[in-house]
Amino acid sequence: MADQIILRHVTKKFTTKTLGDIVAVDDFNLNVHEGECFSFLGPSGCGKSTTLRMIAGFEDLTEGEIELCGRLVSSSKKNLYVPPEERGLGMVFQAFAVWPHMNVFENVAFPLRIQKINKVDINRRVAEALHHTSLTGLENTFPSDLSGGQQQRIALARAIVTNPKVMLLDEPLSNLDPKLRETMRFEIKALQRKFNFTIIFVTHDQSEAMAISDRMMVCDMGRIMQIDTPENLYNKPCNRFVHNFLGESTFINVEIRDGKAYPKGHPEQALDLPVPADAAREMVVATRPNEIALKGPDGTGFTTHIEKRIFLTDRTEYLVSVGDQLLKVQTPHRVAFSQGEACSVHFVEPMWYPADDEQAEKERHRRQLV
Amino acid sequence: MKRYDGTSAELAAVDGRKRLNMDKVMTAVCFVLLLIIVVIPIVMIIYNAFFNEGRLELGTFVDQIKEEKNLSAMWNTLKIAIGATILGTIMGVFYAWLLGRSDIPAKGLMRALFNIPYMFPPFLGAMAWDMMFNGRSGYINKFLRTLFGLKTMPININSVWGIIFVEVSYYFPFVFMQVVSALERMDPTLEESARIAGAKQRQVIWKITLPLVKPAISAGALLILTTSLAHFGVPAILGYARGIYTLPTRIYAVIYNSGGSFDGIRQGAALSVMLVVVVSLALILQNRILSAGSYDIIKGKSMRPTLIKLRGAKVPLLILAILTLVLIVIVPLVMIVLISFLKAYGLPLSFENFTLDQYRTVFASNGTIDSIKNSLFASITAGVVCMFLGTLVAYVVQKIRPKGKGALEVISMLPYAIPGTVLSIGVILAWSGRIFGINLYNTIWIILVAYLARYLSFSMKTSSAALLQVHSSLEEAARVCGASHTESLADITLPLIRPAMVSGFFLIFLPAMREVTTSILLYGPYTRTLGVQIYSLRDAGMIPQAAALATVAIGIIIVLNTIVTKLTKDRKGV
Repeated sequence: MADQIILRHVTKKFTTKTLGDIVAVDDFNLNVHEGECFSFLGPSGCGKSTTLRMIAGFEDLTEGEIELCGRLVSSSKKNLYVPPEERGLGMVFQAFAVWPHMNVFENVAFPLRIQKINKVDINRRVAEALHHTSLTGLENTFPSDLSGGQQQRIALARAIVTNPKVMLLDEPLSNLDPKLRETMRFEIKALQRKFNFTIIFVTHDQSEAMAISDRMMVCDMGRIMQIDTPENLYNKPCNRFVHNFLGESTFINVEIRDGKAYPKGHPEQALDLPVPADAAREMVVATRPNEIALKGPDGTGFTTHIEKRIFLTDRTEYLVSVGDQLLKVQTPHRVAFSQGEACSVHFVEPMWYPADDEQAEKERHRRQLV
Repeated sequence: MKRYDGTSAELAAVDGRKRLNMDKVMTAVCFVLLLIIVVIPIVMIIYNAFFNEGRLELGTFVDQIKEEKNLSAMWNTLKIAIGATILGTIMGVFYAWLLGRSDIPAKGLMRALFNIPYMFPPFLGAMAWDMMFNGRSGYINKFLRTLFGLKTMPININSVWGIIFVEVSYYFPFVFMQVVSALERMDPTLEESARIAGAKQRQVIWKITLPLVKPAISAGALLILTTSLAHFGVPAILGYARGIYTLPTRIYAVIYNSGGSFDGIRQGAALSVMLVVVVSLALILQNRILSAGSYDIIKGKSMRPTLIKLRGAKVPLLILAILTLVLIVIVPLVMIVLISFLKAYGLPLSFENFTLDQYRTVFASNGTIDSIKNSLFASITAGVVCMFLGTLVAYVVQKIRPKGKGALEVISMLPYAIPGTVLSIGVILAWSGRIFGINLYNTIWIILVAYLARYLSFSMKTSSAALLQVHSSLEEAARVCGASHTESLADITLPLIRPAMVSGFFLIFLPAMREVTTSILLYGPYTRTLGVQIYSLRDAGMIPQAAALATVAIGIIIVLNTIVTKLTKDRKGV
């Protein structure tokens, strides 16, 4: 498969009045394959939207270069910048950006009219695009008379009508209600199969990204954290941030002494775990709450007691005291402990990460103010 | 048991069984006050234009229509208003786009400067331009004539085009301000998605940006049109002495020449009907050309719009903007101040001819001091009364919603579309003893009554907008806590809309301070307003003295505006 979108050392710096220089995007390297659905995922201020806007051509880059379909479109070295209208992209925005002064037909026909395509072809291609987005019959309606879902379809129809090779989706579903979101997700995938375009999908909703993507990029504070398939990202997150960001997580800060891991604030009892050879003195043990087994105090595992029991719909959640920390454990309803009862904790292949970096937390906070 | 469906009218109806319904009292007060202040003067104009002593008499009206001077005045009024609207709109949109969407430097400063003409009284500007480019004696004209050895004056500001030019320079901010704020609130992705669709920058401007701000353009253009149609000051100063009349100056001439006789006022009333017809026609025409739909263009996450790089055009456009500002803001100001120091009008502008005598005379004259006092009294009183009355009407229309609320709304907005000159005629007819048996003519009270009618809609609009923001659940929450209807009104609603009420006051106080159109027909020997005093001094040929008083007036306006800006900045909005 050919690479359709290539980012090489892409960097974007902003200067703000109140917070000084911000590196919004720091040395992004990325290849998106033809026909792939690739998601940018991360909290606000992580650089995902800025990266998308650089690919679209709304922002110039500070350093690096971007290649689209084998053509260099942005390059700091060659001082090259192709404006958005010449990049041949399709794009759907969060607020739909459907033009309120044009009816459905005019909205969808706009890209073709700009290309000065003849009327007969315009009519045919608009009709086709409206057909694929289930908007047939609404040609003369104005967007203000339509629901959010229908407006979203107009935006989609407008994006596919030129048959672009690359489709940029900027949080296109976050303005819709949950049921509709799921339907639209399927429709976008169906359209992709039909027209075979490459999708870049920007979102902060991890389950949405998991469901739709072939591969995803998780970024934070202007840096790429990890690029992989949804499964690998969930099963083998490369750091604490990715672990925490995807799915539910629970963490225990530990101190390593004599090859054993002691929970912080509880120096007497070590966790019943093999410590990796390259462990630093302070580490974080990370796992999913449903991958911890809870048993009676039989002398195995880590002996402690239940701090709090929370009944959820499909499982029970226990907060288990580990030193002065709380470990979140989720079990099927049949595993029943009561509050205060003694128990033992058994980890199943947890991940080990270096201890928290306070500096990183501060930087994250600073960025979110921008 | 009646089901409560969520309007406070319903809630009030439930109260009503127990005690005297306060809502009904407020509604009745509104209707009576609006009847006296607005409806009667307007009815009086129509009645007097067509009836005489109870009998239908179309003679006066037909005579006025046939009179050639009036026809040419009507034609001039239209020419000036349409010319000023078209040019002012183009200029306003151009500069709004330049400051709102391009990367031109010093935006904040320029934006503040572009708003200055808005607070500056146009008739003072007309005075300044007349001093420079009067077709017979303008200073710059004389200078240019000598410089190039011409036989005639190069520029004649005392013409229809001269009037249009001066009006444009003071009215383009109407469009400018509307469009700049629309551009700022507009969702940038609307433009970005057009770029993605393949449109070039230029195409985006024409096909997306301009159509989307069309409602704002249209609203601003409408303001220019109606203001210009009704405007007295500029055509009076530039055209009157040269026989170029507009309908408002004709009305003034007719009444002035008849020495205030009833016959003259009747002729004025007939002309007023003509002017109202012209205004209505213009409104209909404007509605046809720019049918204003309103779009919801404020959406989505806030992203700064992509600014268009002007590249090579940056410096020339910056120079153009600065030159425009100098020409319309600074040059007239400097001219008025310079003339105010002259010993006598017509002397060369050189240092040995300068004196402070004009200011001494101005401050020594009782008439001048009285005019400042009169203006302060009338505009402060009008501001305060309108603030409360406008809020009352707004509350009745928005929250009580009685039967006939539509009529109430229309009546209170009516003076907004009716020229100040016309309103003055109506006020004269209503308050000179003919119907109420009360004669206010030649007192300051008649000016006050006219201001009330003219400015009520201003405060009603601001209070209305603020009341719409106050969700009925806020008052309902107070009711649940045990507050009576009156208490919830006093403790919840009023405090929430107080900032809007205060800004409503200033919206009336500031224009009333510099006003001349209404008071020029109503002043008596001891009740000149500031604007009238400047106008009369100039009319009597005491131009340097008029300039000195104008300088004082400008000083007062600048001080007041600074105070208002400070106040509104410190205050937290609703």
